[in-house]
Amino acid sequence: MLKLILRRLLLEALPTLLVLVTVTFFLIRLAPGGPFSSEANMPPEVMAAIAAKYRLNQPAWQQYLGYLADLARGDFGPSFKYKDFTVNDLVWAAVPVSFRLGLMAFVVAVVVGIAAGVTAALRQNSWVDYSVMGIAMIGVVLPNFVLAPVLALVFAIGLKWLPAGGWEGGKLIYVVLPVAVLCQHYISVIARITRGSMIEVLGSPFIRTARAKGLPAGYILRRHALRPALLPVISYLGPAFVGIITGSVVVETFFGIPGIGQLFVNGALNRDYPMVLGLTILIGALTIFFNAVVHILYGFIDPRIRIH
Amino acid sequence: MHSPSHAPSAPTLVERLARPLPPLPGLDDTLSHSIRGRSLWADARRRFLRNRAALASLVILTVIVLLCAFGALPSPHAFDEPDFDNMHVAPATDTAHWFGTDNLGRDLYVRTLLGGRISLMVGALGALVAVLIGTLYGATAGFLGGKTDSVMMRFLEILASFPVMFLVILLMTFFGRELWLIFLAIGAVSWLDMARIVRGQTLSLKRKEFVEAARVCGVSRWGIITRHIVPNVLGIVAVYATLLVPSMILFESFLSYLGLGVQEPMTSWGALLEQGAKSIEAAPWELGFPAAFLITTLFCFNFIGDGLRDALDPKDR
Repeated sequence: MLKLILRRLLLEALPTLLVLVTVTFFLIRLAPGGPFSSEANMPPEVMAAIAAKYRLNQPAWQQYLGYLADLARGDFGPSFKYKDFTVNDLVWAAVPVSFRLGLMAFVVAVVVGIAAGVTAALRQNSWVDYSVMGIAMIGVVLPNFVLAPVLALVFAIGLKWLPAGGWEGGKLIYVVLPVAVLCQHYISVIARITRGSMIEVLGSPFIRTARAKGLPAGYILRRHALRPALLPVISYLGPAFVGIITGSVVVETFFGIPGIGQLFVNGALNRDYPMVLGLTILIGALTIFFNAVVHILYGFIDPRIRIH
Repeated sequence: MHSPSHAPSAPTLVERLARPLPPLPGLDDTLSHSIRGRSLWADARRRFLRNRAALASLVILTVIVLLCAFGALPSPHAFDEPDFDNMHVAPATDTAHWFGTDNLGRDLYVRTLLGGRISLMVGALGALVAVLIGTLYGATAGFLGGKTDSVMMRFLEILASFPVMFLVILLMTFFGRELWLIFLAIGAVSWLDMARIVRGQTLSLKRKEFVEAARVCGVSRWGIITRHIVPNVLGIVAVYATLLVPSMILFESFLSYLGLGVQEPMTSWGALLEQGAKSIEAAPWELGFPAAFLITTLFCFNFIGDGLRDALDPKDR
């Protein structure tokens, strides 16, 4: 088990991260135009000073190595746009916000999604099943940038129950709408996956055996059916996590939440290279780490994986 | 072949084989003359046509596609021409603004259909790129196997753990927002799942006898991949391609919503939704019509994809 964890993290996650850093770094260097090209009529000495400050006068490989060295110390460098701030200042102010939002959406999606899927599977082809799956179909299709304004219109502008935007340190009433919009798609997908695999598991011989032994239904469900039925769900958790982080771009932009999604979009629009690079790497690292965790978790639940 | 003959004088084997079969009740005459093998595709078509949701979706989708292609012709308005007398007006028939106008007085009916053209095109072309790359990549990896396979799959895993959406946003902002770049970016990052699925199929296919036969006959590896493996995975590819189109459309809408997709005065459903979301209080139709088109289209593709899966995937039979 420990070997699997180490191999997954050191031999797979780290090199992947390095590739990501390299690709992103040189991709940005390839881009035409720069963050300072819009500032007109600057004396050449000032330009040179700026270039020296941000290491722009060095050849690309030297910049790259310098960046890697900074990165190893956890330093993302200075922000090009917000000139008195480092990327670290801005990112670490935004991370807790996004993390809180994402975690809540994630938990809601997993709990509600699995519950809905199991309920539908246990009453297959009944009206419960059809209505759960009908709602799930809508949830799969409905984009969050349609749902967000509609929910805001109904609950914030129409009923005035909830604020239409803002964060205010993450007070509960400010969180409800963003979390609802963010987790909606994943509830639906998880419910569909759970239902499908649950139906398959419930039809398999070992469940029949358990039933034949006279075990109570609830016990069979908890002890025998749930674990294998949740395997596909767990392998979906990696993509779901990434999707929730990505989805927070739309949600944060719409509801005006000061998280990393908004920071990224603004950074990209302002050509704030270190900001965009740093966020891509941070989110990439999270993605890679989370995929590794899911893989290890998978091995923990399904012993067959560990052998490979 | 050894069934007891009912004829008074037993015909020879050759005569029996040459004789047309008696017509079967309820079957078309042309079919009754010879036993026609039902191919996988004919079988699948029959099953698909029995699926009402999928069939209805196909009809609705065809209507939407035709509307997007030709529906703007009867409207007197151009997609980029502001109507200064009717800015931000609700849907009305007397001004021929059937879906109302946006904040600049541009006709929303024409713009919705034009946006649909772009969205559908991005969806279809993006899916096509993803399917082409994914199928070839997966088939090659699965067929060659061994070291090549593990290297190719490792590369895939690395790509899969990239924060794709962020890289695309990065590409769009730094390299300009050109339409072809959107196609390319969306298609190029979406082929991973396709490659995985095709690889799995190929692994099981390549041990089949007909592939061995082809190898014995001296068909080249490339020939086997393109002529024997790829046609046999087409079924599952068709299913996933159909499900890819809506996710491509969503992806493009997402980009356009962030202002990174199609640029003014061109538009797409995502771009229209972005404007609609801003003025939802004052002009709900600006969100309503594009959203209705987008969601209906996504629904249709999903139902058609599910229908195709039921029709083509032997596992669920």
